[in-house]
Amino acid sequence: MRYLTDRKRAERKGASGTGTEHHWYMSVSAVALAFLIPTFLYVFGHALGQGRDQVAATFGSPFAAILTGLVLFVSMQHFAKGAQTMIEDYTHGSWRRGLVMLVYSLAYVITATGLYALVKMAM
Amino acid sequence: MVQFKLPRNSTIRTGKTWPKPAGAKNVRKFMIYRWTPDDGENPRVDTYFLDMDKCGPMVLDALIKIKNEIDPTLTFRRSCREGICGSCAMNIDGGNHLACIYGLDEVKGDVKIYPLPHMPVVRDLVPDLTHFYAQHASIMPWLETKTNAPQKEWRQSVEDRSKLDGLYECVMCACCSTSCPSYWWNSDRYLGPAALLHAYRWIVDSRDEATGERLDDLEDPFKLYRCHTIMNCTKTCPKGLNPAKAISEVKRMMVERVV
Repeated sequence: MRYLTDRKRAERKGASGTGTEHHWYMSVSAVALAFLIPTFLYVFGHALGQGRDQVAATFGSPFAAILTGLVLFVSMQHFAKGAQTMIEDYTHGSWRRGLVMLVYSLAYVITATGLYALVKMAM
Repeated sequence: MVQFKLPRNSTIRTGKTWPKPAGAKNVRKFMIYRWTPDDGENPRVDTYFLDMDKCGPMVLDALIKIKNEIDPTLTFRRSCREGICGSCAMNIDGGNHLACIYGLDEVKGDVKIYPLPHMPVVRDLVPDLTHFYAQHASIMPWLETKTNAPQKEWRQSVEDRSKLDGLYECVMCACCSTSCPSYWWNSDRYLGPAALLHAYRWIVDSRDEATGERLDDLEDPFKLYRCHTIMNCTKTCPKGLNPAKAISEVKRMMVERVV
C-alpha cells in the first residue's frame, strides 16, 4: 500500500520524450520491406534448387548481394523493434527488459550470420 | 506479466435464479454480474426474468425494473438516461455500451450484463474509474494560453471550431478505454483512447497555446504509442466518435515535429 495521489499514480515519471523515432522507423521499414521482400523472393526462387555454383553466382552478383544484405539488415531491425513492442505489451519489469535484450541480440546474430554467409558466397 | 487466468477469488460462480413473473407471456432472461466487497465471496451471475410487456425498451429500463421490483440490492450507476452523462456504461452482450441508449431489441437471446472489462469493481456493475479520471486530468483538459486574456473572448473561426467536432462530444463513459486490449495490459502507463482523444481535442484547438508542451507530455512509448490501431475504441464508442483517428492524428503531428 502506497499513499500516492491518483494524479501522481497516473503521471508516474512523466513522458520519456521518445517513441516517435521508433514509430517512424517501423513505418519506413515496413514500406521498404514491401518492395524488398517480393524482389528477394523472386531472386531466391530463381536460385532455389540449383547447384552450389549457380547459387553462388546468383548471390555473387552486385544486385542480389546488395538486395540480400538490405533484406537481412532491414528485416531484422524491423523484427527486433516489432518484437520489442510485443514484449512491452505483455510483460513487465525485469522480464520486459531481459526479453528486449534477448530479441535484439538474436536479431544482431542473425544479421551478422547472414552477412557472413553472403560475403563468403560472393568471394 | 499479462494474466490469462482469473485469480481464484475472482472466478465467477453461478448465483441466485429469481422466480419468473407470474402469468407473463413475453418473458426475457437477464444474467447479471454481482459482487460486493462486504461478504468476501466470489463474484456470481444472478439470473432474473422480466415481463417484457411491462418493461421499457432500453437495457437501463430493464435494470431499473429489476432494482425496483425484484432485487433492490442490484447496484449500477445511472443519471441522465439519454446518453449524455456516461454513467451507465457497462458490458452488455459482450460489448461496451451505455445501458440507457442500448435497446433490448439489439441483444440476441439472453441479456448478459457485466461491469466494464478489466477495471476494479466497486460493487456489481459499478467500476472504479479513479485512475481513468486521473489520466484524463493529466492531459490538462482545459485551455492553456500565454497571451494576455482578451477583454471579451478568445475568438475562433468557423473552420477552426469545426475541427473540434467529433471530439468535444466525448462523455468520458470509458467504453473505449475498457474495450482496448492495450489499455487492459498497460493501463498503468498507457493513457487509453478516451484521454488521448481529449488530449487531441486541446492540441487541435486553435485558441490553445500549449501545443508543443502537450505533445511533449505525450511523447512516450507507453503513454501514446501503446495504441496499435486495434480500433475497438471506435467500434464501441456509444457516441459514434473515432478515438483511433484522433490518436493517429497525434502520432502524425509527432512525426511532423521530427521529419
